[in-house]
Amino acid sequence: MPILSVSGVSRAFGGVQALQDCSLEVAEGSIAGLIGPNGSGKTTLFNVVTGYVRADQGTVRFREKEITGLKPNQVFALGIGRTFQLTRIFERLSVLENMLVATQRREGWLRGLTRSKSSPEEVSTALELLDFVGIAGLAELQAGALSYGQRKLLELAYVLVADPQVILLDEPAGGVNLTLINRIAEKIRALNAQGKTFLIVEHNMEFVMSLCDRVTVMHQGSDLVSGAPEEVRRDPRVLDAYLGGGDDELEEVAGG
Amino acid sequence: MGHWSRAVWVLGLVALALFPVVVTSPAYVAIGVFTLIYMACASSWNMFSGYTGYIALGSAVSYGVGAYTMALVSIHANMAPGAAMFWLVPLGGLVASLVALPIGAIALRVRRHTFVVITIAIFFVFQLTAINAGFTGSTSGLILPFISWNESYYNVPFYYVALGLVIFATILSALVRRSRFGLQMLAIRDDEDRALGLGVRTTSVKLTGFALAQFTIGMAGALYAMFVGQIFPQFVFDPLFDVSIALMAFLGGLGTLAGPLLGALILESFQQWLTLTFSNSSLYLILFGALFLLVILFMPQGIVVFIRDRVTRRAAREKAAVAAAETTLAGSRA
Repeated sequence: MPILSVSGVSRAFGGVQALQDCSLEVAEGSIAGLIGPNGSGKTTLFNVVTGYVRADQGTVRFREKEITGLKPNQVFALGIGRTFQLTRIFERLSVLENMLVATQRREGWLRGLTRSKSSPEEVSTALELLDFVGIAGLAELQAGALSYGQRKLLELAYVLVADPQVILLDEPAGGVNLTLINRIAEKIRALNAQGKTFLIVEHNMEFVMSLCDRVTVMHQGSDLVSGAPEEVRRDPRVLDAYLGGGDDELEEVAGG
Repeated sequence: MGHWSRAVWVLGLVALALFPVVVTSPAYVAIGVFTLIYMACASSWNMFSGYTGYIALGSAVSYGVGAYTMALVSIHANMAPGAAMFWLVPLGGLVASLVALPIGAIALRVRRHTFVVITIAIFFVFQLTAINAGFTGSTSGLILPFISWNESYYNVPFYYVALGLVIFATILSALVRRSRFGLQMLAIRDDEDRALGLGVRTTSVKLTGFALAQFTIGMAGALYAMFVGQIFPQFVFDPLFDVSIALMAFLGGLGTLAGPLLGALILESFQQWLTLTFSNSSLYLILFGALFLLVILFMPQGIVVFIRDRVTRRAAREKAAVAAAETTLAGSRA
């Protein structure tokens, strides 16, 4: 039984069919990759799963439960966290306060009014997670002052605050240097070893192929091929998809 | 809070508390009452708009609702004119908050810029209704039970009740800033969708903040009505009210605790003084225009942030200088 399954999802924006009968299954405890040319619908699929975009058709299930049409805060509360392609953090809050925003999901509406910003346990959990991604020293800094790579780490850390079972990462290795890419890969492996399931959109083929148990290739809004990284790499349809898209990622896929 | 800022707060409070004792002229104490009323409103407005970034330009609805609650209840309940009427001040705030719930539920369905326009539109619905409805006295207004206190100290009780509102609004703002609820509002200001994706119930947070902010503004409106004794729809539902409190918050520093208080203290007392001195009630508009150009040019984040940055930068420079001196010293010893 997959932990996350998308079946037959379609979504159009005006005349553009961003998703067309797209299906995908992610096994519990796996690291799944999602690749495809630009505009093939990867981020839209993330948005549908996490409740930011409504599906015109199709269903999304989290274990047995259908989560199609839930709001982002409800999806998050069920245990699905995500990061964004262009990092999104709260720039005028401190790094620690960024973490604390994510601790507040279990509360009633009125309790938030009367309780202080954080309990000591929440602060120590937040600091542990910052330490885990390696930016605990920056906790008191205003988040707007962070570098792009540090923002990526912060985003990963605050998604972890709520202890989600599934984590969706949108281009975790995009625009960061090699050292940091390796550090992020290492963190993903460590979390996976603790039982967390990942679904990762990424253009860096080496990153995807080395990290993922299973890779799905998207093309024009549909899932084209799914399989082990080696199978996918050799599949002629994948090359066609990248060629047809006129994308320069062909060599990367072929050469790996 | 550092020693210095705590000292400034205490000094400010002492100065405001002693003002009617030192300056006994009724005309100046009256200026003080109006100034304090605006300080409470600007602070409360900032607690929602400054924290969430949702600029509301319809708070005059709350002010007017508070004023009319005071007027209608005191008239229809045949209240004896006097201090007992102060009990209607919290009632004015409560009614304003209740009225704000459906308004907020409608206006907060849209994001930022559209929200500004919707709040203005809703405001004009209220203003036109108040001007045309019978129970508001339409354009001739309503006269409240006449309080016959001696002219020389008539203003003083109002002054201290208004000071109470300022303290209430400030403490509420500070508590909210330290609560989870306040953190959620600040997260909404920085990136609402991201906050939603981290489990923040953005709709209920915004609505609660909006309604809570209207409470003090409603109380201020009620106090105003009792103070002036006669109200007109066009003056309590006044679009300039919203422009004023928003500009006060911007001048002092949007989203800061002291900023709106300082902005209101400067602008409202200055405006009242100009009106009193030159008996020209529109002269201030020209001066305000010039002042705002200067503020936007030289301190776009407001006075409080401007000063805070200066102080922290100087402290950092001094620290660096001391460290450099110690290094040199250590170097010469070695």
